Amino acid sequence: MPTESTSKRVRTVALIGNPNTGKSSLFNALCGMNARVGNYPGVTVEQKVGRLSGSTEPIDVIDLPGTYSLAARSADEAVAVNVLSGALAQQATPELAIVILDASNVERNLYLFSQIYELGLPVIVVMNMWDRVSAEGLTVDAELLSQRLGVPVVCTSANKRQGIEQLKKAIEQTLKAPKPTPLPEQLARAKFPAVFHDEVKLLSAWLESKGRRATTYEVDRLLIDSDGHFQKSICQSGLTEIGERINEARDRLQTAGCKVPMFETKARYAWVRQLIDGAVVRPESRSASPSDRIDRWLTHRWVGMLFFVVVMFVVFQSITLFARLPMDWIQWLQAKAGGGVESVLGPGPLRSLIVDGILAGVGGVIVFVPQIAILFLFIAILEDCGYMARAAFVMDKIMTTVGLSGKSFLPLMSSFACAVPGIMATRTIENRKDRMVTLLIAPLMSCSARLPVYILMVSAFVPENTYAGGWVTLQGLVLMFMQSLGALVAIPVAWILKKFFFPGEPATFLMELHSYKWPSPIVIYQRVWERLVAFVVRAGTLIFCTSILVWAAAYFPGDHKSLDLSVMALEKLQQESSKIGKRPTPDTEAAIASAHEQINLERSKLIESSFLGMAGHSIEPLVKPLGWDWKIGVAVIASFPAREVIVATLGTIYSLGSDADEESQGLKEQMKQARWPDGRPVFSLATACSIMVFFALCAQCSATLMTIRRETNSWRWPIFSFVYMTTLAYIGAWLTYQCFQLWS
Amino acid sequence: MTSPNFSLDELGQDESAIIVEILGDDAVASRLMEMGLIEDEPISMIGKAPMGDPTEFAVRGYRISLRKNESTRVIVRREPK
Repeated sequence: MPTESTSKRVRTVALIGNPNTGKSSLFNALCGMNARVGNYPGVTVEQKVGRLSGSTEPIDVIDLPGTYSLAARSADEAVAVNVLSGALAQQATPELAIVILDASNVERNLYLFSQIYELGLPVIVVMNMWDRVSAEGLTVDAELLSQRLGVPVVCTSANKRQGIEQLKKAIEQTLKAPKPTPLPEQLARAKFPAVFHDEVKLLSAWLESKGRRATTYEVDRLLIDSDGHFQKSICQSGLTEIGERINEARDRLQTAGCKVPMFETKARYAWVRQLIDGAVVRPESRSASPSDRIDRWLTHRWVGMLFFVVVMFVVFQSITLFARLPMDWIQWLQAKAGGGVESVLGPGPLRSLIVDGILAGVGGVIVFVPQIAILFLFIAILEDCGYMARAAFVMDKIMTTVGLSGKSFLPLMSSFACAVPGIMATRTIENRKDRMVTLLIAPLMSCSARLPVYILMVSAFVPENTYAGGWVTLQGLVLMFMQSLGALVAIPVAWILKKFFFPGEPATFLMELHSYKWPSPIVIYQRVWERLVAFVVRAGTLIFCTSILVWAAAYFPGDHKSLDLSVMALEKLQQESSKIGKRPTPDTEAAIASAHEQINLERSKLIESSFLGMAGHSIEPLVKPLGWDWKIGVAVIASFPAREVIVATLGTIYSLGSDADEESQGLKEQMKQARWPDGRPVFSLATACSIMVFFALCAQCSATLMTIRRETNSWRWPIFSFVYMTTLAYIGAWLTYQCFQLWS
Repeated sequence: MTSPNFSLDELGQDESAIIVEILGDDAVASRLMEMGLIEDEPISMIGKAPMGDPTEFAVRGYRISLRKNESTRVIVRREPK
């Protein structure tokens, strides 16, 4: 029915502005928290679309990446230009651009506006962070600006939900109104020199003669941006002479005294100055603002450094301190649920699927929630109050030595607790290349899941030598070395990634330092919630699937009948002994113990005959140079969902039951007694160290890989991470083992 | 003074100067200009990071942090007294 389809036609508007203007809080205020998140084809730029809430007709809001200019030098800017000009087939062309400005920094923010205004779309200007205007002693006459510009100007404080209704009304009204056309003299390009306007006319005519229609904005950009986005796309479509035409035009401009590209910024800022003259008044004080005075201390040589260390200490102590309790609850709940299932469901594949597959998989996802919530609570507070930018400012010098910026510090630091929140925290890095390098080296930081592996190996195989009168132990030294190995390896890795995979101009560090303010509870709540949903829904499902797959590989194709019978017999024994209510007789105790032994033996046989066991056997030649036998191979494969699983798998393989942990003496004894067919012990200091080095560098953590997949919106990077880290781990383990062999 | 012009990284704590030009015409230069660092614009130095780099500046009523390799490309002159 055509009438229905026209009445249900979805209108599209785009939200665009400089970074740090409160754009995402405004987006959330307009659309609620139900955004559809995807990515633009071919680039790792997030595409975020929401439905305007409370409007009479359906209106989609596209949240464009924060950008300072439409010159289209970066992927973010190119996406913004393409969406606004309707060049993307899979994205409806917006009928309206909502340009969000930082009301406390109108002058700089209007630069981007001046470019958007020339695209020919209807525009609404939003002066966000309006509450800062009076706080900083500014005077901004929004009405006067609206008159001069000829577009609606709405003042909002998105973090306090102020002005949102007025903005919604303005959006609906502007969509209904006939499309206004700004007078040529209202545009900033009117201030471009006359020679430039002549060249634009010449190039437009030439393009038209070649059958290409280009908007004035496109032709402007062709002439201004050397080797820019539009030039590339025209070249790709076959019109390669365009480069020559542009170079000729530029030469003519140069001789006429029009400096490309400088003249553009100059003309635009001159236009902005004229526009805000009398409408935006700054207090005429040359003394430092309160925020500057705080900065004097927080970026002070000693005080600033000390403050930074204290903040980081508080953040990471809180993560370990406050996350432990809820994580214990989650594990307790998982065990309780498993026990509940076992009490109603007899042993068999269904029970194993529920307890060892599904419950373990869900638990493996949920267990990250407390850490992510706490880290993002701190990140949101630090970002919103303005200290995050200062932290990057303080740490920048150190991080530049590895080719990164100060913004990489916090994500890398938090990866020492767990790479999953660390990788998610790389979102705070605007520079794409820096973000990718940080994200790819984050899993090398020694996370808490590696500790059980180290503790098991160190306590079982590293001699208890002490030095310096008992103050220094060899075990402690080895542990420390293992903990720092990943970070040490990360330095050359970062350098190589930067040099060969993300080359290009040296990253600039033009960072705005906003004045300090009190953090807004709504903004903090939204950030934490958004990150948790992103993790649980998008990464969580994939983590869960991997857990199920590894469970299936360990369960099938073995025949579990005899194990199930033994388990049933044991459970019956336990039930009977508890029914009697008395202390179990030595007879029943012995029977229970022997049943346990029987079950553990059968479990270890079953895992050997499972797909996982077969895989372990088949990779034995591959892992032998590392000093490993097939059992270690199985344990390493089984630990793909999470590193610490290796301890439980070793427990199962060595017939000790899967509840063995890194402290269990039985497991250590069994490992010490393991022999190669020729009678040599499997485990030696060399093997233990080779396993530890492998785990320090490998990517055996599906949660990390799935988070990389989610954050980069591509399978390419998790695969890349897995391959490069496993290669590093293999080489590292091999070198370790071979060095030990040579040395002894 | 022999040379009244100097680069922005030589500006001392709390000192102000007027921008003369941005050297080069690459992406870094364009970005600096887009951020409002344009000739005849006053700029003042707010403070250096603990390790001496980057440096915080005030320009057009907002605060921006620049690394040394960026601030050396900004040529400034002393304010007329």
